[in-house]
Amino acid sequence: MAAVFQHILNGLMQGTIYGLVAMGFTIFFGVMNVIKFSHGDVLTFGAFAAIVAVWTTSGLGLPIWLQVIFVFLAAMLVSAVAGAAISHFLIMPLRNAPPLNMLLMTMMTGTVLRETIRLFFPNGTNSQRFPELLPVGGLNIGGVFIRYDGMILIASGIASIAIVHWIIVHTRFGLAVRAVAEDSETARTMGINFSRTILLTFALGSITAGFAGALFGLYYSEINYGMGLLLAIIGFSAAIVGGLGNIWGAILGGYLFAGLQTFVVAAAPSMSDYKNVFAFICVIALITLRPTGLIAERKAERV
Amino acid sequence: MSISMQSRRKAAIWPLAIAVALSAAALIALLSIDDQITLGVTLGVIAAGCVLAARFGAVAATEAAGADHPFVLRVLVVLAAIAVLIGLRNDNFGLLMVTTVLIYATVCIGLTIQMGYAGLFNFAGAAFLGIGGYTAALLGPKGVPDLLLLALGGFAAVVVGSLLLLPVLRTRGHYAALATLAFSILFNVFLDANDIFGGPQGLKLQGMVLFGWDFTNDITIAGYTISSYANYAILAGLLTAAAMMLTGFIDRSWIGVWLDAVRLDEVAASVFGLKIGRWKIAAFTIGNFFAGVMGALYAKMTGFIAPSNFTFGDSLTMVSIVILGGIGNRWGVLPAALIVVLLPEKLQFIQEYRFLLFSILVIIILVAWPDGLIARRLRKLEFARR
Repeated sequence: MAAVFQHILNGLMQGTIYGLVAMGFTIFFGVMNVIKFSHGDVLTFGAFAAIVAVWTTSGLGLPIWLQVIFVFLAAMLVSAVAGAAISHFLIMPLRNAPPLNMLLMTMMTGTVLRETIRLFFPNGTNSQRFPELLPVGGLNIGGVFIRYDGMILIASGIASIAIVHWIIVHTRFGLAVRAVAEDSETARTMGINFSRTILLTFALGSITAGFAGALFGLYYSEINYGMGLLLAIIGFSAAIVGGLGNIWGAILGGYLFAGLQTFVVAAAPSMSDYKNVFAFICVIALITLRPTGLIAERKAERV
Repeated sequence: MSISMQSRRKAAIWPLAIAVALSAAALIALLSIDDQITLGVTLGVIAAGCVLAARFGAVAATEAAGADHPFVLRVLVVLAAIAVLIGLRNDNFGLLMVTTVLIYATVCIGLTIQMGYAGLFNFAGAAFLGIGGYTAALLGPKGVPDLLLLALGGFAAVVVGSLLLLPVLRTRGHYAALATLAFSILFNVFLDANDIFGGPQGLKLQGMVLFGWDFTNDITIAGYTISSYANYAILAGLLTAAAMMLTGFIDRSWIGVWLDAVRLDEVAASVFGLKIGRWKIAAFTIGNFFAGVMGALYAKMTGFIAPSNFTFGDSLTMVSIVILGGIGNRWGVLPAALIVVLLPEKLQFIQEYRFLLFSILVIIILVAWPDGLIARRLRKLEFARR
């Protein structure tokens, strides 16, 4: 029983990161009908910005809590700038191109980001050790070991999902985002600044990626230049399985993917190398059964 | 002005002859020059020549000539291939590169049928190549003849690909892209984790023996010796030619028109009585078959395969080739494959930076020329033409 609970905790942590990434995919798809595949590598950029922030702030001898704040700020800022720049210089000019071109272009942009880190970050080819900033240790309740940092990170991840949701549902900017997502032509005639809304939306989505990158580094204590690719594919899968354009669907998809992985690890530890094989097979099966995702976008097709 | 019902004058042959001759010369030059400065200058000359040719209508004239004189085109291509073989007779690296380019090009011709004609995204080209390769590696030691091995590689890719048919048929757009993308990733993870298929270390293979002819032998004709690597280059060339002709046949026949209809407007196509599913299945199957056959050949040629040969990055490279060549243009695949496969190998000084530069190049081309380097022409349905 204790072991089961342990697995659930691990799955929750992973699911939170996947959900954050998937949320970005789904927001971008909502406003522009594009898949921004470089999203995972924007996350990696954020994680590397976070590690630079740790080095700088601990070099300056700042207290731990201030270091943590700077870590998240740096990750979010760098990701936001990277994401907004990609949107402004690459995605906007190509927005009328066929979806395949856009998909390939963002995949290649992701490769550029990955290679940039690998080639130009000091010792970038190797994994970087992420310093432990959060309190080590944890509670032992009935044989279940609950890491403090895990608890803090899961809570902050869920809080950030809630904040993004609140921004989109309750602010004027969120209203503009939803209007553009619904019908960008009409939104423009109603006086919404289209390009500014798009830019800010991409910045917002990328901030969540940077946040997830910092979470990833703090929890797993290790980051490397290639980690964004798998995260992007998992995030994309989660967003698709949940139903593109739907935030709750993306989060559901993220936790579902983590749940499938955790299920394999828990049910057959010897097969844990195959956890991604199993999860991706389930993803393919799910989109076969529900070709528009679990929570489908409501729309009628014009003939 | 009256509507002309008589046949249009046929295009002149000479632009075609010059184009094929220049291409062969450029290919030999690119492969045999090792000095980096000379190579850079040659590349510049070739690029300038291509730009000028496109600017002054030479490309269009070549295309017209090729369309009007298919037989002449075939003869010229065979002659050019022989010239390249003679030019590279002792250059093992060059012949290996030619074969690799041909293998990639053939897989991409298959992808052209899938993505360019039927509009099916396939981000698992390298995985299907790998299925063919692993089939050859597993069945080869069991005593299966090599010719059969190539066919079995293709069939294995078709069979595994058919597992993806349902998701591919039921989904559209990005949802369909995910099916092949997820497959590409899980294929790699599976191979890495698996012991039967050699794990990350991969599998070794024997060289090819076809009709008693061992591919490790040098070819000797009238006193001239051609390196043994030419065996693979010739076989790959024949397979590429076969794929090219089959694809050309599909494109020129009604099947091509139907596939265009399926890609451009499914609803309209089904209103006109086309079985959407049937043509998508056909396109997907043919494309995967090409990839599987070439995978078996690739494995036989390199004598060793590992999961790292068939990564998602390689699939992405293949999609880049298809789009760079001009999606749906089967001839564009050849120069695109040459650029994408050959340049990083030849330009050693960018070796470390090649993925970075290559990605930037693809992004620039996608932004500047969304139709690819050689855009596919609109289909002309001239019923009056005789």
